[in-house]
Amino acid sequence: MMRESPLPGDVASRLSGAKVGVAGLGGMGSHVAVALARSGIGTLVVADFDVVDGSNLFRQCYLPKDVGSRKTDALRETLSAIEPDIRIEVFDGRLDGDNAPGVFSDCEVVCECLDQADQKAMLVESLLLGTGCTVVSCSGMAGFGSSNEIVTRKRMRRLYVCGDGISEASEGPGLTAARVMVCAGHVANMAIRLLLGEDKP
Amino acid sequence: MRVTVNGEVMEVPEGTTAEDLVSMLGHRTDRVAVEVDGEICPRDRRGSFVLTPGQRIELVSFVGGG
Repeated sequence: MMRESPLPGDVASRLSGAKVGVAGLGGMGSHVAVALARSGIGTLVVADFDVVDGSNLFRQCYLPKDVGSRKTDALRETLSAIEPDIRIEVFDGRLDGDNAPGVFSDCEVVCECLDQADQKAMLVESLLLGTGCTVVSCSGMAGFGSSNEIVTRKRMRRLYVCGDGISEASEGPGLTAARVMVCAGHVANMAIRLLLGEDKP
Repeated sequence: MRVTVNGEVMEVPEGTTAEDLVSMLGHRTDRVAVEVDGEICPRDRRGSFVLTPGQRIELVSFVGGG
């Protein structure tokens, strides 16, 4: 089957030459990775320590056959099925302040998609200190609030944050695939914009 | 002395550290990232990082979910 990019040639070649990291492959990260793969990003570095659980299927980009598999393995299979030419590098383990800069060392952009607030802060800090990458992070995508409350903001010299900033996953009405995917779209689109030289949120 | 925090001018006592600022604003130190004049101020240095007048501080607080 012929796959031809719908993007202008220079844009397609810029994206196919790019390397982007996705840290955490839950509801956010799995959808961010799929959006980046379909957009023609050449190389993805995907990182997670977890195994696909049945409860993940409501929100995360996995299938019933993936239950029990490593998230890194299951997502690699999905991404390669979507885009056979994509290069996937896997880190199967817990990211921490010491290992994260090495895992994502040659990524231009890293999408922070971890679950816990303290882990998010730790990862952002260690990547901004230990690498030259720009980080696109997410904060606040739980519940049934308006899609229009989810925004992309430039918060630091090399940090963008997507989300409503307040809707925490551990409180209130839980998370839905729909609102998480709104936020995942913000993250993936900001990553692509940065690769194309656009630094406005 | 005056510093700018997330774009707003704020009056803080002389000797205020980055760590003091985080708690003054009601944040948990393990859930924020702090940048001072464009450079990251990591959590293990915030307690000894004394702010000086005119500095621009960006303080980003995260909530869980991903």
